[in-house]
Amino acid sequence: MDINTVRGLLTLVLLILFLGIVVWAFSSRRKKDFDEAARLPLEENQDGSEDQNKHEGRS
Amino acid sequence: MDRKITYNETVVRQFAIMTVVWGVVGMGVGVLIAAQLIWPALNFEVPWLSYGRLRPLHTNAVIFAFGGSALFATSYWVVQRTCQTSLFLPKLASFTFWGWQTVIVLAAITLPLGITQGKEYAELEWPIALLIAVVWVAYAVVFFGTIAKRKVKHIYVANWFYGAFILTVAVLHIVNNLAIPVGLTQSYPVYSGAVDAMVQWWYGHNAVGFFLTAGFLGMMYYFVPKQANRPIYSYRLSIVHFWALISIYMWAGPHHLHYTALPEWAQSLGMVFSLVLLAPSWGGMINGIMTLSGAWHKLRTDPILKFLIVSLSFYGMATFEGPMMSIKTVNALSHYTDWTIGHVHAGALGWVAFISFGAIYALIPKLYGKEEMHSIKAIELHFWISTIGVVLYIASMWIAGVMQGLMWRAVNEDGTLTYTFIESLVATYPYYMVRLLGGLLFFAGMLLMAWNVWMTTRPARETVSARAAAQEA
Repeated sequence: MDINTVRGLLTLVLLILFLGIVVWAFSSRRKKDFDEAARLPLEENQDGSEDQNKHEGRS
Repeated sequence: MDRKITYNETVVRQFAIMTVVWGVVGMGVGVLIAAQLIWPALNFEVPWLSYGRLRPLHTNAVIFAFGGSALFATSYWVVQRTCQTSLFLPKLASFTFWGWQTVIVLAAITLPLGITQGKEYAELEWPIALLIAVVWVAYAVVFFGTIAKRKVKHIYVANWFYGAFILTVAVLHIVNNLAIPVGLTQSYPVYSGAVDAMVQWWYGHNAVGFFLTAGFLGMMYYFVPKQANRPIYSYRLSIVHFWALISIYMWAGPHHLHYTALPEWAQSLGMVFSLVLLAPSWGGMINGIMTLSGAWHKLRTDPILKFLIVSLSFYGMATFEGPMMSIKTVNALSHYTDWTIGHVHAGALGWVAFISFGAIYALIPKLYGKEEMHSIKAIELHFWISTIGVVLYIASMWIAGVMQGLMWRAVNEDGTLTYTFIESLVATYPYYMVRLLGGLLFFAGMLLMAWNVWMTTRPARETVSARAAAQEA
């Protein structure tokens, strides 16, 4: 196979891979998981671990 | 999940304080060399103070000492909080602190002495480069070890960005520093000619892409939602942002070598990938800024949020300007002029320093058990003087750069150059003055921050007197 055909195909594979990532990220099945993950930085607030003292936190 | 986690905050505290210290040092040297470009006598005829030696000291100090310490501090904080577990191997984490500070001190000694590999952003000679590699591998072990022992299911997106930054910088640093030592202070790279140049700018641009971008995006993805107290605008977009950004950045390096001995196709490849980079960059910027959607009023009252959000605006500006400058015909005008310097500082001051200021202001009170920073008004003032400083800096360098480019390419009808180089230099002086003023304002803001951090972290007087009272009793 001509090297340029390989290059062309590789571009196609990468395009499909990218579209695959987009579809996966935006699929409704993943919504709950991602919403959960998005709350991770805020979760420590709920139990007020930051207000305790400077060395300890609570999960 | 009602169990106590003892987060390791000592190393975070150490790095956070050193961020401020190295910020003052690095930006101070920057102001000095900006003044040297106007008044060359400011090198005092001392070789150690000559521009050529201090300039790499400035870049190393602000990128690796100030920026690096900020990245260490925030990544250690973020990975523990979002994984809800303590640091893996805390002693090794402590080693990364002392190791990294040793690297910085060695850099501050060797660079003024003129000991250098002569590679931009990779100046440090092989013994120091070796120490960097060891510290960096230790950093990776601590960081990924902490992720491995996380108590939550997900690996939060900020950790993906920090992880990519740590992994890529390790690879970049090691590959670009492969050299044959011929003494303690001298070595020759294993690459030569155009290959050497390509390796250097593959490293150089990815240092921008992964050290100065991915790492600080990790900071952004934690501190913006945290400070706004709402989750990131779109977590899904952040995933696409991550994969697109890291896979495209890798190929943009050749745009540093337009119209050189590098093969034409490699130059074009670098340009095309740089243009594509606009998409993920702006995706990330929009994701960060839109996190405030519905809560814009918080920007009015919270100067820390101002720093974080305005840093994203500068990120957007710099990542629009970058692809534009990578277009070959634009680069023909901009390359070797002060426009490049302006572009770098739009990113370094506007984006990297601003997001670090915001993150450190958010961290310091928490690390020292305080409600908030000593003076919120001082943060507000810091924000405004540094914003004015950045704008003066980049606007003056844009004008100076375009002017220089136009003067250098101007030719008379008989084909001779219209201007001598010295004429373009003379024409640049007024802009160098404006740049110095901008730099001074930014430096003044940094000093204000140092004062504020000092006032927040110094031991309270009550404690001292209470201890004295206890001793008397």
